[in-house]
Amino acid sequence: MSIVELERSGAARSRLRIIDCDIHPAMTSWTEVHPYLAKQWIDHLSVYGSHLRHAFSEALSHPRMSPDAARVDAYPEEGGPPGSSLELMRTQHLDPNGVETGMLIPLRWNPGSQRNLDFGVALTQAMNTWQVERWVKNEPRLRASVLIAQEDTGASVAEIDARAGDPNFTQILVLPKTDEPFGRRRYWPIFEAAVRSNLPIAIHVGGTNGHPSTGGGWASYYMEEHNTVAETMQAILTSLVFEGVFERFPQLRVVIMEGGLGWIPSLTARMDKHWSRLRSEVPHLKRPPSEYIREQVWFTTQPMEEPGTAAQLIDLFDRIGWDRLLFSTDYPHWDFDDPRYAFRANLSEAQRDQLLYGNAQAFYGLP
Amino acid sequence: MARHVVATVDDIPAGQRMLVKVGGREIGIFNIGGEFFAVSNRCPHEGASLCKGRIVGLVESSEPGSYQFSRRGELLRCPWHGWEFDLRTGKSWCEPDRTKVRSYDLKVEPGGALVEGELQAETFPVVIEKQYVVIEV
Repeated sequence: MSIVELERSGAARSRLRIIDCDIHPAMTSWTEVHPYLAKQWIDHLSVYGSHLRHAFSEALSHPRMSPDAARVDAYPEEGGPPGSSLELMRTQHLDPNGVETGMLIPLRWNPGSQRNLDFGVALTQAMNTWQVERWVKNEPRLRASVLIAQEDTGASVAEIDARAGDPNFTQILVLPKTDEPFGRRRYWPIFEAAVRSNLPIAIHVGGTNGHPSTGGGWASYYMEEHNTVAETMQAILTSLVFEGVFERFPQLRVVIMEGGLGWIPSLTARMDKHWSRLRSEVPHLKRPPSEYIREQVWFTTQPMEEPGTAAQLIDLFDRIGWDRLLFSTDYPHWDFDDPRYAFRANLSEAQRDQLLYGNAQAFYGLP
Repeated sequence: MARHVVATVDDIPAGQRMLVKVGGREIGIFNIGGEFFAVSNRCPHEGASLCKGRIVGLVESSEPGSYQFSRRGELLRCPWHGWEFDLRTGKSWCEPDRTKVRSYDLKVEPGGALVEGELQAETFPVVIEKQYVVIEV
């Protein structure tokens, strides 16, 4: 029986050097994007508002564990939601945790889940500019993600092309609750544009599409629904593999964000087993599914698995591939991972640096 | 181990908390209905500042559909991941033997007893008539 106690010196804290692949910035209000929206859409917002593809449009499908799904200590003193204060983000997270680069993942306002496609497209454009003007220009450690309204493929491609080559952006961001499984051909122009722009596609937990979170219907509890983020990611990954996306776009790079890790070896083994028996149904797959995943898919680490023994964690990393894991904290959300304590195993300095820094540095081509 | 006078009982009303620093350690002092308890400010899970968490009660259920609420204000919930800690013991509700926050011996003593003893009341003067929170670190 061991008592878990932590004592760390200030010196150990300052030695950290990390790339955080999942930081959630927030607007204090819709007015923050007004400068980047056409008058038509500002009026639309005030008259009709935001309508997502599910019931109770302004609500989440399940109550979050804390208001705003946030750390209780992440509310700015001056008001506004967690993630809306750059100053607090600096003093509470970027500075003490040694964040050298942080990837912005805006989740709220869900442009890709808007019922009104034209409004969704206008919102992606506005929020992309907002990320640069409000965050990246004021804090050079941060990088923006190209939001797209994936249900309008043409507009998505135009937005990707418009941002391609802009060093403020490191990736394209899609939430996995797409109208159809994301590997379907209607979305392929997006993958083509991603490859053309040399931008990876980040798929971060979230979004609404009106479908229940689970194959068995709507969950009763937040805890129940929270487990389904892994199911959702499994569905999207199997779709991308079996529809042949990775075969058709061998240069495409995908990063699965916040979907957990423990399921990955089991899913890839199961897919390989089925492929060896049912391959003729999907002859466009030339290789076992696990190979596409091993070569073209990366995973962010938060929420880090906490298995019973450290050996199980090491085994998990061995099976996924140490070079596929990108560290993330999820700041300022409640299931934040602290870089000092996230990995409950004795890692070598090189392993720790690879997970916290090196992998993301290579993946995003950072200096 | 040394004894430290960290507050007067009046400084921490019932249901409230105070964060103190003793010998480099951050310690939270909690007043539960007139009883005082001291626990480390560092969550044993991932190191969050526990004192920023919500003070809650205990929700239990004897069977699905039936809920009991008790021990109002006796548990502290971590501001990050929501681990519930029993302020009386420092033990977490879900892993009481494995995950517990360090708790400190605490006594409430009258000023008169303190002045005569060899206490490290270095932070403020002790008045004989008042009651003081004393912890051992």
